[in-house]
Amino acid sequence: MSAAITFKPARKPAFRADKQTHLSDQERVDAAITQFLKDTDFVTATYMESCIHCGLCAEVCHFYEQTGDPQYTPIWKLEPFKQVYKREAGPFSFIYKALNLKRKLSSDELAQWQHLLYDSCTVCGRCSMVCPMGIDIATLISKARHGMFQAGLVPEDLWQMAKRAQDEGSPLGVTPEMLKATIQGVEKEYGLNIPLDRDEAEVLLSLSSIDIINYPHALSDIAKVMNQLGYTWTLRSDGYEASNYGLLTDSEAWQKATSQKLINAAIACKATTVVIPECGHGYNAFRWQAANLHGQALPFRILHITELMAEGIRTGKLRVNPVNESVTFHDPCQSARRGGATEAPRTVLAALGVELHEMPTAGDLNWCCGGGGGVMHIQRADELRYQAFEIKMQQVEQSGAEKLYTSCSDCRKNFDDCAEHFDWDKQPNSLLQLVAENLVEA
Amino acid sequence: MELLNFARGPALQWSLAIFIFGITWRLVGVAVLNWPKELSTPRNGNPLLGALRMMAMRSWPHKEFLPKTWYSEVMGYTFHIGFFAVFLLFVPHIIFIEALTGLSWPGLTERIIYFLSLITLFALVAVLIRRLTHPVLRMLSNFDDYMSWFMTISPIITGLLVTSHVGLGYETLLAIHILNIDLLLLWFPFSKLMHAFFIWSCRGLTGAAFTRKGIPAQ
Repeated sequence: MSAAITFKPARKPAFRADKQTHLSDQERVDAAITQFLKDTDFVTATYMESCIHCGLCAEVCHFYEQTGDPQYTPIWKLEPFKQVYKREAGPFSFIYKALNLKRKLSSDELAQWQHLLYDSCTVCGRCSMVCPMGIDIATLISKARHGMFQAGLVPEDLWQMAKRAQDEGSPLGVTPEMLKATIQGVEKEYGLNIPLDRDEAEVLLSLSSIDIINYPHALSDIAKVMNQLGYTWTLRSDGYEASNYGLLTDSEAWQKATSQKLINAAIACKATTVVIPECGHGYNAFRWQAANLHGQALPFRILHITELMAEGIRTGKLRVNPVNESVTFHDPCQSARRGGATEAPRTVLAALGVELHEMPTAGDLNWCCGGGGGVMHIQRADELRYQAFEIKMQQVEQSGAEKLYTSCSDCRKNFDDCAEHFDWDKQPNSLLQLVAENLVEA
Repeated sequence: MELLNFARGPALQWSLAIFIFGITWRLVGVAVLNWPKELSTPRNGNPLLGALRMMAMRSWPHKEFLPKTWYSEVMGYTFHIGFFAVFLLFVPHIIFIEALTGLSWPGLTERIIYFLSLITLFALVAVLIRRLTHPVLRMLSNFDDYMSWFMTISPIITGLLVTSHVGLGYETLLAIHILNIDLLLLWFPFSKLMHAFFIWSCRGLTGAAFTRKGIPAQ
């Protein structure tokens, strides 16, 4: 009998996983199962029980769209988690277990899913918008990644950056000393006053390491905007990092540690508002998840810099000159579709009077740029990421706009890298910078 | 006659009992799990309204997705609406349900029901063909998917046979049709057919969560 003819396609990707820590294979499986069960609550269970295997989530995922490879079906990425749920926690788990209807999770299976959970998922949540059952698949992906982290099965380059963030306070080595030096340099170059370590301030400003390293202009831009808004504000050397690589690797402990520094700094300076810079995942991590990890509601509000600018425009504190440009806007998934801040950039763009050309699918249903969720930092995923980016390039071109703006430095970095790869002439620009350069002089 | 009596007597009673107990067990088994607390400050939307909105609006596909999803949407709607119309609006079914519950309502003519049954049959065959040929669906599908499909289509087929008086005697065909329903009731709580219940809590939870964040619940 030929073994070549099978009813179903090969279910497992051929892939060699990265491993951290010195756990045995069985210990990895046990750690993942323990974490999966810890993450199984009423909401997770409802989602697990609801899937009808319709496959629609694949149809809106950029990785499936571009490759046609069924393994990139979003709900399929959750198979190990679903397997554990059905066998160990679901209402009929005793039947599944007794009759072995769901087999026990194996270490090979778990390791092979690393590619599906990390390399080929930006946690952009587009799949969550199409599911006819209403399953928030992206939330489940994050929970599945929690298990992978506990099992020491995270892509090594992403894990190294997260580890550095945990050890040094920044994934790119932006230490407090480096921050101070950067501030001094920007103050000197632009003639700005950038307050650091104030004891009291209305607004605590955070920064992204990616901005400091790749887009240092962002610090002067944000300072100009903050100064015109007229709040008392400060940066704090004991809590300044907005990017959260704990979230990207989905280590709850590391994510909490990063958030906690900002929380402590905000409480220390009695801030009533914490502002997150142009960093999509940093916004999602702090705006929607920090309080849960902290264990209590936070005594301050959290705004994305775009939301702060939109608020300033609405209240008249921020006044901008008209800009005669034909532009399109890329919605960062984590601040827009996953974070709810979709209208703010459009308020800002309207105030600037630009000629806005939306992409064919914009706003909450936009296509991800392909670099989020840590994918941009996984080198072996580059080819897949470039494939996903091709959709974005087409969307930008179809908009007919001359210039492209966004409000996430991760997205910008991915655009930059992909534009270089494809020799594409569109550069991603910062909405913050556009505002800062067009402020009405006081 | 013995088979018919068995089908609509003890077989139906046991199936109904397992149906109700199984559904309760599965819903309660999920509901007793930990309910996560949400401590972030919500935006202005009302989560309850968001939950209700998503329960309703997620049935209405986003036009941006339709070029990719229209086939599943059309066939899915067709067989769901067809199945429930045949089940709830065929006069003999209404009389049967009245005998069980005392509830009654007007039905459709046999000719319309026959037509609806054929349409439903067509849509169910179409979704099976897609499940067998689409690489994603083939990969995702398991025994539950095929068995649930069989449990859904077989009462339509046996029902058509009963009304067409084809093959075996009327009573035997009717008995087989009711046994079909008994099996469907037995299978229901253990299968994906439970989405008839979970769809509402699932959409509601996501709708509420999205609304807290200011994401449109649709």
